[in-house]
Order: sequence, then structure tokens, then C-alpha cells
Amino acid sequence: MTANENTVTKKKKRSFADRWNGLPGWSRFFWIMGGVIFLFYLPELGNIPGTNLEIPGLGFLRTDVGVGGSDWDSILFRCAVFVLIALGLNVVVGLAGLLDLGYVGFFAIGAYSVALFGSQQSPVVKLLRANFDLAPDWALAWSWCILLAIVLTMFSGVLLGWPTLRLRGDYLAIVTLGFGEIIRIIARNSTITGGPDGITAIPGPEGAPNAQNKYFSILDQKWWYWLALVAVLVVILAVRRLENSRVGRSWLAIREDEDAAAVMGVHGFKFKLWAFAIGAAIGGLSGLLFASQQAFIDPSQFNVNLSILFVAMVVVGGAGNMAGAALGAILLTYLPERLRSLGALEFLPERFQDPAEFRYLLFGLAMVVVMILRPQGLLPSKRRARELKDRAQEVPVNG
Amino acid sequence: MAERSVLLKVDNVTLKFGGVVALDSVSFDLYQGEILGLIGPNGAGKTTCFNAMTGVYRPTSGQVVFDGQTVSGKKPYEINHSGIARTFQNIRLFPEMTALENVLVGTDSRHKVSAPGALFGLPRRWGHEEDLPEVRAKGGPDRSWQEFKRSAAKFFGVSRHMQEERAAERKALELMHFCGIERAANEQARNLPYGSQRRLEIARALATEPKLLCLDEPAAGFNPAEKVELMDLIKKIRDTGVTVLLIEHDMRLVMGVTDRIVVLEFGRKIADGAPAEVRDNPKVIAAYLGVPDAA
Repeated sequence: MTANENTVTKKKKRSFADRWNGLPGWSRFFWIMGGVIFLFYLPELGNIPGTNLEIPGLGFLRTDVGVGGSDWDSILFRCAVFVLIALGLNVVVGLAGLLDLGYVGFFAIGAYSVALFGSQQSPVVKLLRANFDLAPDWALAWSWCILLAIVLTMFSGVLLGWPTLRLRGDYLAIVTLGFGEIIRIIARNSTITGGPDGITAIPGPEGAPNAQNKYFSILDQKWWYWLALVAVLVVILAVRRLENSRVGRSWLAIREDEDAAAVMGVHGFKFKLWAFAIGAAIGGLSGLLFASQQAFIDPSQFNVNLSILFVAMVVVGGAGNMAGAALGAILLTYLPERLRSLGALEFLPERFQDPAEFRYLLFGLAMVVVMILRPQGLLPSKRRARELKDRAQEVPVNG
Repeated sequence: MAERSVLLKVDNVTLKFGGVVALDSVSFDLYQGEILGLIGPNGAGKTTCFNAMTGVYRPTSGQVVFDGQTVSGKKPYEINHSGIARTFQNIRLFPEMTALENVLVGTDSRHKVSAPGALFGLPRRWGHEEDLPEVRAKGGPDRSWQEFKRSAAKFFGVSRHMQEERAAERKALELMHFCGIERAANEQARNLPYGSQRRLEIARALATEPKLLCLDEPAAGFNPAEKVELMDLIKKIRDTGVTVLLIEHDMRLVMGVTDRIVVLEFGRKIADGAPAEVRDNPKVIAAYLGVPDAA
């Protein structure tokens, strides 16, 4: 009797995640492929490619429909970059449970590594040319900059983590907050980084920005979005692998109970360093994409507000869940832009009509509301149930 | 008895917290393959003794020698790798993880693969049937999909990471079955009933392949029937070759299951011997019941 009741209530409660996990592998594969194709289609949202036909309704989601809207492709790109950041920060904050308020530091290091070594205008490149007998138009190729950005950010992650990961909780948060500021202030005050003027002519996949660029031009941002999307997909695959491995389990164990984890043989320090290094590398990658697309960076773009925004994305979306973190990043990037071109706020005083102008107020509000209504975030993390049912019964009875 | 080798030697261990002497030169030996009970009134220093052994605290003086090497002063995870596992008096599972994952964290302590191995799936090996994913579906597209994955694994080889994962899952399920909680494998640890949580802690500790298992009041809050089941489980664990050190308050359980008993009071050892001897030891009776006034 009670068993029956239980099964009935369980059936009612079947969530989307349960249903998803209940699907056979091939079916999941095709759904994912469909989703990926849709993501690549997004720049054309509302149009049927190759024709002049429109799909009614879909176009409404674009940010460039109303008057004064932003370019849809560049919003997509920005969403993708912020999703990348949220995924990286999710490793540190969501999985390993280390509150990092200085994540913008890694973002900046990634951006500055492509700027300083890839740009024709950068003081570092000029210095290297002068000292090492290089060609007068030498600069590091963009593809090498990717590697350099990842290596440098990983290294800085380890450098930050080595002394500070002995701290816990709030103390760690304060030290990382300081780290983010240190990076920004160094970038502003040292001449080798271009100082407050920043660095121009940051290259992209097609080299330094110029009018002849075929795909990665300033006018058409589609390819930038696709590039960032590929990076996001690669990072999702990589983090998924880590999540379901010894490393991911160690992160969760450290997050849940660090002392108990240590007694169970988890080398806490090592895995926390890995979390920092991997999170930093992903942050660096997104910084690199950001700098390449902008073609210009200066230190004021990497202020502490951005760090808080990153944490807000992860926390609002759902710490510990990649889908949640990504959702948080998309919402906090897309919504203000969409509302801007909606013209729906005309009843407000003029200074409040543009939500992008007072987005930090909105983010704060969103945080408060989410913390009250859904403290675990919009998409809370739920550990994946494994398919064991039939196998558990096969296990031989031990004597 | 005499030829049995000493597995753990607690040698004059003293532990002070400021002016409080929690352990006062405690010494005892633990022999390979026995069940040793560690008893004493509340605050006698039993759990502190565990903490000194497993690296949570560093002894002020004295040393703990395990399996021929000094472990006192090492980090907790190093001590775990050398073969001591424990459970906690107040249950300390990883509440958000599933029960199975809790046990998998234990198995991970014997694994080698770290982030690069999991990320890049290297090194790989070919041609071992037991590494390949199973084909379980009866028919239809499910079966074709699983067959596809199996042949892909045959072609590309299987990474050390996946080998370890599959072996770990098998072993974890076996251990959960051993402890009688295999039905709860996919439940979140915090949603388990109290008794299952205690058993899960034991399964997780066993998953680290210990030579010595330290149980800190495993029967706390159990009813008599559950205590009997737990006694059987502890004996079963000993029969698999694991030495057991048991802190327990329930005298019937301790007398029924242990081979030898060490009694602590106020951080000092006051008795050491077979259960029957200890039970009749006047010092022990005094410690538990108090001394009648001489006057």
C-alpha cells in the first residue's frame, strides 16, 4: 500500500532532469545535436537561412528589433563570453566551493596576454623586437596567444592559490578580491601594459584588425559569436569530464566537508589548486576572446564590479550546475539589452528607461529575489542518478 | 596469540590543548586482525585518541606507529593512504552527493588519475574485455547505441580514467551491498535514514581499502535489533581481514564483539585486556559507577 503511494508520488514529481536522464543515450545525443545546431543558427534567429522568409514570433527575441536596440550578433557574442566565464567560475565557486571574488583578474590576464604579445602597438612586442633581432612587424600569432593566455592564467591561478588556499571561506574571498584589484592596478600603473591608455590593434584569428578581414570583422560579429560558441562547447565537454571524474568528486567532497574529505584520502590542497588553475584557464580564454573582439582594452574594463557580476551570474543561475551558471550568464547579459530595445519602460522617468544603464541595481534586485525564493539558484545542482538498477541485483552476496 | 603482529602502536601519546591534558601518555597495541574496543566515560579522550591517530590533531608528544612507519605528524590524507580509515561520531557524509558518490570518494583514494588524465583520457589501453562498456539493452535503438559505444571503445581503447571509474563503481556497489545499503545508491546522502547514513560512512571508509578501520560510536542512536545487525557487520568486516578499532558506549555490544578492550578515563589508560577481565576490573567499575565514599 505504502509502496504504491510512493511510486505514485514519485511519478508526479518527475522533473525535467529525471526525464532527461531517463532518455536512452542515442536520443539524448540527437537532442544535444539539435540544440547545438540551433545555437549555431541563433545569429539568423527569425529568418530561414537562404531565403527571405521569416518565422513569425522568433524575431521578437532579437535585441535589434526595436529602436535603439543593440546589434544582435555582438550581444550573442557577449553572452557566449560571459557563459564561458560563468562556466569557469562555476568550477571554482560551484564545484569546489571556493568563493573567488577576484575572477576578473584572470579575465584581465587572458585579455592582456593576447594584447601584450599579439598587438603591433604593445610595448612588450616593441621591447622584444628591439632586443631580439625580430622582424619590424613581428608579433606573436593569435593561435599562439591562445596557448600563452591559457598557460599564463593557469600559472597565475596557481600563484594565487599556492599561498591563499590555506584560507577558508570569507578569508579566501577577501584575498581573491584583492587579487582582482592588484591585477587591474598593475595594468593601469605600469608602462609595460600601456597604462591607463590601454592597448589597441589587438589581433583576432585573421590577424590584426583591418578592413580586409573577411570573417572576423568589426561590422559583422557573426563569426565572433560562432568562435566563442565553439569555445563554450569545448569547455562544457572538458568540465563535464572533470565533473564526473575523481577530480570532480574531490571538489564536491571538499565543498561539502573538507576535513572529512581529507580523512577519506582526498588531497585537498592539490585538488583546490586544480580547481583554481582550471577555472583561471577558462577565465583567461574568455578574456582573450573578449580582447580580440574588442580589439582594444584598457584597465578600466576590468573593475571589481565585473567580478561581482560574474559571481552573481553563477549564484543566480545555480552554483554547481553548468546549465544553471550558463543560464545565469545569459539572463544577466541578454535581458538588460532586450529590455533596452523593448521600449517598455517609457512610463518611467527618462533616466530609468534604459535598463542597461542601471543594470547593477537590477542585478542586486535579482540576487535578493532569487536568494529569497530559490536560494539554490534558478537551476539547482542535482547529482546525476546512475543507471544501476539492474546491476545492483547482480552483485554477488558477500559472506 | 603471541605470534600475531602489531599493526598499530600508540606509544606514549600525549595531547594537550593549552592547559587541558586530553590524552596523558596513552599507550596500547593493536594486533593484526583483531577487534579492539576503546571505551571510557564521556570526555575520557576516546575521540581525541582517534583524531591523534588519523592526523586531525598532532600529538604533543609520543608517536603513533602504523604498519612499521610513524604516522603521527603526517597529513590526514597521507595517513589514509597508508591504510587507516575512520568514521565519525557525528556523521560527516558529503550530504549533497549521492550515496554511491560518497563511496566513490573513498575508492578514489587508491586512484592515480588526476585532472590531465580525466581531461585527455590518457593513457589508453586496448583489448581488455572487462574495460569495455556493457551492452545491456535487449534490442532496438538502445542496443545499437550501446553496441556502437562498445565498438568505439574497442577501436579507440579505454582510458585509465574510465577503467578506474568502472572498477570503482563495481567496488562501491559491492561495498554498499556488503553494508546492506545498495538500494540507496542513487539517493542523496542527506536524504538517507539515520541508520543507512551510519552504514554509508562505514562503506565509504572501507572503500579506501584500509588495513585498520576505526569506528567512532557506530551504534549511537540504534535500537537493539539494529545493534545486533551492526555487530554482525563488524564481525563480517573483521573476517575480510580488516582490523577494527571500535569506540562504543553500549557495553553489551562491546562485550559481544571485541577481542580486547582498552579503557580510558580522563585521558589515561586505566585498563587493557580481554572483555571479561576488563568488566571485573575494579578501576573500570569505579570509573563508570563512581567510588563509594570511604567515610
